[in-house]
Amino acid sequence: MTTTWAAATATHCPYCALQCGMRLVPAAGAVPVEVRERADFPVNRGALCGKGQNAAALLAPGVRLTTPLVRDVRDSRGGRAARGELRAASWAEALDRVASGFAAVREEHGADAVGVFGGGGLTNEKAYQLGKFARIALRTATIDYNGRFCMSSAAAAARTAFGVDRGLPFPLADIPHTDSLILVGANPAETMPPALRYFRELRENGGTLIVVDPRRTRTAEQADLHLQPVPGTDLALALGLLHLLIADRMVDVDFVAERTSGFEQARAAAMAHWPERVERITGVPVAALREAARHFGRARTGMVLTARGPEQQSKGTDTVGAWINLCLASGKAGRLYSGYGCLTGQGNGQGGREHGQKADQLPGYRSIEDPAARAHVAAVWGVGPDELPRSGRSAYELLDSLGAPGPDGVRALLLMGSNPVVSAPRAARITGRLRSLDLLVVSDLVLSESAQLADVVLPSTQWAEETGTMTNLEGRVLLRRRATEPPDGARSDLWVLKELAERLGAKGPGGEGGFDDDPETVFAELRRASAGGPADYAGISYGRIAAEDGVFWPCPAEDHPGTPRLFLDAFATPDGRARFAPVSHRPAAEEPDAEYPVHLTTGRVLAQYQSGAQTRRVAELNAAAPGPFVELHPRLAARVGVVDGEPLAVVSRRGRVVAPARVTDAIRPDTVFMPFHWAGPGRANTLTNPALDPTSKMPEFKVCAVRLERTGERK
Amino acid sequence: MSKRHIAVVGAGMAAARFAERYSALGGEARVTLYGSEPRAPYNRVLLADVLTGRYDAEAITLPVGDAVLRPGAEVVALDLGARVLTLVDGGTEAYDELVLATGANPVLPPIRRLRREDGGGPREGVHALRTLADCARLAEEAMDAKRAVVVGGGVLGVSVARALAALGPQVEIVHQGPHLIERQLDEDAATALREALRTLGVEVYLGNRARALTEAGEVELADGYRLSTDLTVLACGVRPRTALAHAAGLAVGRGVLVDDTLAASPAHASTPHGSAPHGSALEAPTPTPHVFAIGDCAEHAGVVHGLAGPAWEQADVLAARLSGADPEARYTGSRPLARLSAGPIEYAAFGEVHADAEADVLRLTDATRGSYKKLVMRGDRLVGAILLGDLATVGDLARALARDASLPETPLHLLTQHLLTTTLGASR
Repeated sequence: MTTTWAAATATHCPYCALQCGMRLVPAAGAVPVEVRERADFPVNRGALCGKGQNAAALLAPGVRLTTPLVRDVRDSRGGRAARGELRAASWAEALDRVASGFAAVREEHGADAVGVFGGGGLTNEKAYQLGKFARIALRTATIDYNGRFCMSSAAAAARTAFGVDRGLPFPLADIPHTDSLILVGANPAETMPPALRYFRELRENGGTLIVVDPRRTRTAEQADLHLQPVPGTDLALALGLLHLLIADRMVDVDFVAERTSGFEQARAAAMAHWPERVERITGVPVAALREAARHFGRARTGMVLTARGPEQQSKGTDTVGAWINLCLASGKAGRLYSGYGCLTGQGNGQGGREHGQKADQLPGYRSIEDPAARAHVAAVWGVGPDELPRSGRSAYELLDSLGAPGPDGVRALLLMGSNPVVSAPRAARITGRLRSLDLLVVSDLVLSESAQLADVVLPSTQWAEETGTMTNLEGRVLLRRRATEPPDGARSDLWVLKELAERLGAKGPGGEGGFDDDPETVFAELRRASAGGPADYAGISYGRIAAEDGVFWPCPAEDHPGTPRLFLDAFATPDGRARFAPVSHRPAAEEPDAEYPVHLTTGRVLAQYQSGAQTRRVAELNAAAPGPFVELHPRLAARVGVVDGEPLAVVSRRGRVVAPARVTDAIRPDTVFMPFHWAGPGRANTLTNPALDPTSKMPEFKVCAVRLERTGERK
Repeated sequence: MSKRHIAVVGAGMAAARFAERYSALGGEARVTLYGSEPRAPYNRVLLADVLTGRYDAEAITLPVGDAVLRPGAEVVALDLGARVLTLVDGGTEAYDELVLATGANPVLPPIRRLRREDGGGPREGVHALRTLADCARLAEEAMDAKRAVVVGGGVLGVSVARALAALGPQVEIVHQGPHLIERQLDEDAATALREALRTLGVEVYLGNRARALTEAGEVELADGYRLSTDLTVLACGVRPRTALAHAAGLAVGRGVLVDDTLAASPAHASTPHGSAPHGSALEAPTPTPHVFAIGDCAEHAGVVHGLAGPAWEQADVLAARLSGADPEARYTGSRPLARLSAGPIEYAAFGEVHADAEADVLRLTDATRGSYKKLVMRGDRLVGAILLGDLATVGDLARALARDASLPETPLHLLTQHLLTTTLGASR
């Protein structure tokens, strides 16, 4: 590839699922580029949050990794204790070590004992190539990714209801035009600030914003109506609102008859959740339920958007299904300015779930158990359909099986773009599992907490140094462009996968059956692999993306305009009808009791991102959000006897953490909140409960039972 | 091998909840609901608003999971030894586990000329409100009625009176007690409630008993006063339906006696039928194997609740036990809650509301807004509360009571602050 680029490179932010447009201009000094606004890009119209503005800081040498690291095994029979410190190594040594290690584990324990764990921040090309690498180079069924911890419940519910899962079925720019919007367990004011303008414009246009959150977040403060339910009860809340739509004759009977199925079951479930009962479960007064139902039910158009609040529960799929039911019953789906959407979290949370790094999927959002899908993808990959592994285990199940004895144990793991030491539920246990591996390989741009445990660390190039596509939360496929030369020593993940595939005896580079390291070539193959699937990229090219400010999938042909709005004519189910979910409320997997009397819920803050591996290395962001804290109500603080700023211990059945108390009346008095961005003694995920949703396998990050203990370290 | 069979006698709210939960929890047995009404289970709590026309009768059907419904198949006899039940049509069916959810019947008070001449049910113009059929008959008559009398001023009586008033008739409540809903409300709350009812055109006669129905179609009170009326609604409470259980040899007090596992027990092992049943479940007689009772027909620790909330809590426990999801689940009692939310008539009453000398009481009255609020505390525990008129803190209160947590030093917030931080338009 030639390395001439325009003075300013139009590209996108390395962080969240908005994928804000930005320009990078060359800079003198240690950081090779500077971030500038890109006012003409529609999603963010020039706006950037602090994370995006400071994104270039991670390009500085010293902050990021520039040489492979290897940990020597001094006694191959001695296990972990006999291993040395990480030391610099050549790429050849590192890759040889990985390939021979994987081959040895495969030889001794079988192909499924080598696992792959990907990330929702990887480009489409990397996610695609990683899935392909697992299936045809490693021949393992053991692959999943951290997106399972992100929006998998929403994905499962949307696929059942609508036949396809795309975060938003409409562009963000439609939001200001809807009459009534319910935002459930979402805090875009902190997690995706540039999107907030759409909600502001909605209200300026006379629309109603209803926010459902146990905390009065910065987002809730902007709402017309804030419903503040007990954590883990939003399923009952949605059923109660459906009950009121039915009771007060706000059901769109024609829509239900013509475009849906399954209403009777949903109605019966709603009848079991009458307002006074829902009030008792959720703590939301009947009057507030009525007000919300009236505004949403009577509005001409309406949207429900969910984020991690309702999704990260052991009943997340059902909870999202109940909110979708509300849209369907009131005729607010499959119509202009109406519908259900999920505010996807990670940068490529959308594309990352479409192209094969998920345990049960093949590229194009195909099912790995569908014979036709297997045949199609196998043909693109130049292998026989029977050579493809079957469905593997989900993210938490995969991590929990690391180093386990017996045939199900995974002995070697390739971790790419993920930091489960901080981000996995019951993180102390998962950290132990990672330590028990024969071989842990981590590809990352920084020495994350997970990379620190690795036997081999592969320094990867990052966003501004490589080209690739991302699919944002709208289903808009975007092009991130290389804007600067990577430093010596950092290599792209595509190159790593190519080198490993060769060493593992997969077919030669380039073309079908091989592994190329040129993103555009890989994208061309992805287009063929996705062709005909639900997430069809066949008609999308780098050229079109650049010319059209992104292309919305499905886009089955080069002369197809793409699909900014889904379902306007029919839903993507076989009969074109949307499905009501027959769901009923049930408690969280772990409810408070005498020993652990308080709810814990977790989430994010403005200046940090996910496991913090990147943002904690940026001085400006760390200054704004230097560490973890425990948010609690003054009345709860008084009962515990803790004052603002005092170190407070939070104890669950899985562990104990300590962080300063942050006393605020913005939270329910029966609930504490902790952000999860940090490792160490204040790691929120030490406490969280890995109870899984039976369908999506999402762990219950959003609610568990804890008790609070004073540490006696009052300042 | 055929699946195990769980026979549920009754197809009311407790039965439906049990069936739905049993399926949801992955129970593998075949479940059959034998109901005497000719229709699928429905939500009885909503009947008053079926009367007002807010809900269609068909719309209040409840889910039953994978259970088989046998509407109109009343169970008339049980052979607990052989594990066989007999249906009204003479058919017999075998079961492995039996769940009695027979519910309750409206109490017919001792009022002269209340029953038909043949001694059967209430005469024409006299209604109960227990079933959808009752509701349909009552709604039809209420259309033409100018005056209606509700006998009984408890939770149901107030709810029915409110619903009837919405349909047009002039409504009068005759209540024997010293004030309305005396089990759940104190006198001040009841007085405020009476005022609220008056704004709907409902008059209340307290401390007065209906003595007879006259030939002229009036309700004659104990003091001789006569109320002319086009229809009369009985709201004098319910009585558990226990005849079937009694005949089968199960221990019956006011209801079918059950222990914390909701298992019934044989009659001879417990206090004899008719004597004071209070506390009899605590003596832990040997349970009858494979027989359980839940809902309005069950008596647990001396209490017959007759409310949907406790009935569902019992159904949840039994479903958890029988499905295998939690074989150790136990029912340890419910906190009574009375709650009505119907336009200007809004109240909630939790737990102990009648304070004795040892209790601390916090009251707030706002006569101009017609609101009344009360907390009852023992030590640092909240044990009861009443909210009437202004229910803004009801969610907090319900949770505070449910959690049984110690109170903060100043519990006033439970009456004055609330979590609903924004009301529509307030932030504009």
